Amino acid sequence: MRRVLTSAAVAAALALAVTACGDGSGDTGTAPAKSAAPAEVSGTVTWWDTSDATTEGPVFQEIIKDFEARYPKIKVNYVNVPFANARDKFKTAAQSGAGAPDVLRTDVGWVAEFASLGYLAPLDGTPAVDKPEEFLPVPAASGKFNGKTYGVPQVTDTLGLLYNKELLKKAGYDQPPATMADLKKVALDVKSKTGAGGLALNVDAYFLLPFIYGEGGDFVDVQNKKITISSPQSVAGVKIVEDLITSGAAVKPALQDSYTNAETAFKDGKVAMIFNGPWSNADNLGGKVFKDNPDNFGVAPVPAGSVKAGSPLGGHDYTVYAGSKNLDASYLFVQFMASAESQAKVAGKLGLLPTRQPAYSAPEATANPKIAQWQKPMETAVERPWIPEAASLFQPLVEGYQKLAGGQTTTEPMLTDVATAYQGILKGWSL
Amino acid sequence: MTADVVATRRAAPRSGARRLLSRHWYAWAMTAPVVIVTLVLVGYPLVRGVYLSLTDATEGNMGRTIGMNVIPSTYEFVGLKNYTDILTSAEFLGRLTWTVVWTVVCVALHVSIGLGLALLLNRPMRLRSLYRILLVLPWAVPAFVSAFIWRYLLNGEFGVVNAMLRAAGFAGVSWLDDPFWAKVSVIACNVWLGVPFMMLALLGGLQAIPRELYEAAEVDGATPWQRFRHITLPGLRPVSSTVVLLGTIWTFNQFPVIFLLTRGGPGGATEILVTYAYRQAFEGIRNYSGSAAWGMVILALLVVMATVYRRALRQQGEAW
Repeated sequence: MRRVLTSAAVAAALALAVTACGDGSGDTGTAPAKSAAPAEVSGTVTWWDTSDATTEGPVFQEIIKDFEARYPKIKVNYVNVPFANARDKFKTAAQSGAGAPDVLRTDVGWVAEFASLGYLAPLDGTPAVDKPEEFLPVPAASGKFNGKTYGVPQVTDTLGLLYNKELLKKAGYDQPPATMADLKKVALDVKSKTGAGGLALNVDAYFLLPFIYGEGGDFVDVQNKKITISSPQSVAGVKIVEDLITSGAAVKPALQDSYTNAETAFKDGKVAMIFNGPWSNADNLGGKVFKDNPDNFGVAPVPAGSVKAGSPLGGHDYTVYAGSKNLDASYLFVQFMASAESQAKVAGKLGLLPTRQPAYSAPEATANPKIAQWQKPMETAVERPWIPEAASLFQPLVEGYQKLAGGQTTTEPMLTDVATAYQGILKGWSL
Repeated sequence: MTADVVATRRAAPRSGARRLLSRHWYAWAMTAPVVIVTLVLVGYPLVRGVYLSLTDATEGNMGRTIGMNVIPSTYEFVGLKNYTDILTSAEFLGRLTWTVVWTVVCVALHVSIGLGLALLLNRPMRLRSLYRILLVLPWAVPAFVSAFIWRYLLNGEFGVVNAMLRAAGFAGVSWLDDPFWAKVSVIACNVWLGVPFMMLALLGGLQAIPRELYEAAEVDGATPWQRFRHITLPGLRPVSSTVVLLGTIWTFNQFPVIFLLTRGGPGGATEILVTYAYRQAFEGIRNYSGSAAWGMVILALLVVMATVYRRALRQQGEAW
């Protein structure tokens, strides 16, 4: 049964590949080889958007309306897929050839994996890659794999330290903490002087990275094919987290629904500080203590460790499914959605950070104070390993972090276990 | 006529199969759809699973063509390597132990609570059908909906259960964040989900026990306990032996409750074999061969369990 379906899909895909090559969109690698005039392209583009369906989705849908007005022959089928399920759902659909979208909003950490598995169309030389010199270099690197471009950056982000200005002031601080040592001190002072908690932690591997980067550690060293999660630097970073929890500077973190619990505590004014990214702007400003007083909401770079202030580079890229039946329309869609104009609109309305330099100076974007607020935190962004296994590295660390936060283990044995798990994932890498 | 019979008998060994077919063709025709569907839906995946479990196939090395991308097949036959990897892994024994504990505790609670409720409902009383409907409700709600509701109820900071505990002056419990309480939580949720089925099945069994037996026992002066022990339990056995086996298999492979309530956490504490196998299969670059081997190991465990159980029942004189 399955085999029959698969071969039908393969036949269909082959037919497509042939036609695609016929009109010159093959992997030629040369400058725009499009023969069809953009206005003549027709078809339906299904886009899986993984952004927040209530706060962010509507803005993207507005931009889609502009796109459809520009290209009346192309219809866009907007589908919002929850971020948490998107990776799995796309892989299942992409592999079977049935039900996959034409364009996917892909987390920067997934691009290398999808590309290595053959799910993505190379975009070099297609209209999708438009004015590539405008892109910020670090986000642009996330869309490349093996020297080819598979993703066009949509938004970029990083973690910052978000804080409740009033609570910090009550504890006697006008400025947010700039170092990890200060972070603990401020958090403990908030706790003793205001009755609120100091810091809310989200027990998730990604959110450990600012602590690990701060001490000069990382998950892996890609160049030397080395697993560095249990290196002395990484251990020093995670020890800071352990100390924040045991000293009471951080409130006891929830392990299930950790993100939501931490966010709710921050929005309700139950804790003064949290690590989070610009995607939470809209969510936070709707919270009890910020809704009527947006000035109370502060954004600062992540506190520096003994080596540097570093936070993971995140964000999303537009990718095109290799088996798409509407490649030409999809390329145009990506071009339009990732244009400086569209990015400025998104930045202005949602406070999401553009990936094109000119979008930052567009009046629409500068009108939103969030964009300027996040400029400093963005300077601490550290490029992550863009390897196919990158997304698999989080699970072992999440499990370890849960044990650490639950008090069942300490930093060193936990990270040693994680490193062992990484050896199973990264075949042939050294410790 | 005698010659005919003799001739047929003589021919029998040679054309036995054909004769069987010609005599029972109607039965074969009737069962054909089921046989074909079973072969396609169970047989083929099973055979393919066995085959994959003996290779090193992953999402990355199975050949396919997607649009302009052609990926060649490079996976190979590796014999029993996947099985030895599983059986010698540090995870296996721990996961197996917890899976067995989880199954035994859940099924024991399912059966005892289900039987208790069935006994209560098996008497004439007012509003009996209302009680019955209410007690069956958990079964009528899809398991994933229930699991999500439990997850919200048990949330440590904002959940209803802890809010009630705090209102009553107790400290809240980290239901889903503490390894021990997380185990208690998943068992509680699964018991809540599984009791209605047991109750209904056992109630059916109870109603099939002839009233005269109880009346005769009462005349002979048997105590309620003796009546329960010597009439109810043996009378229920045909039903209970089947539902216990079913319940065991279901619970052993109860994926949604664990996955949706705790995702196997905290720190892998509530991970049973199936959820662990799922992680192997679907996390990162999908490991088809490894997860197929996990599936086979789980299947083998259940087959062994079912065989032992059947034997035990047969020794007790059940025609099963």
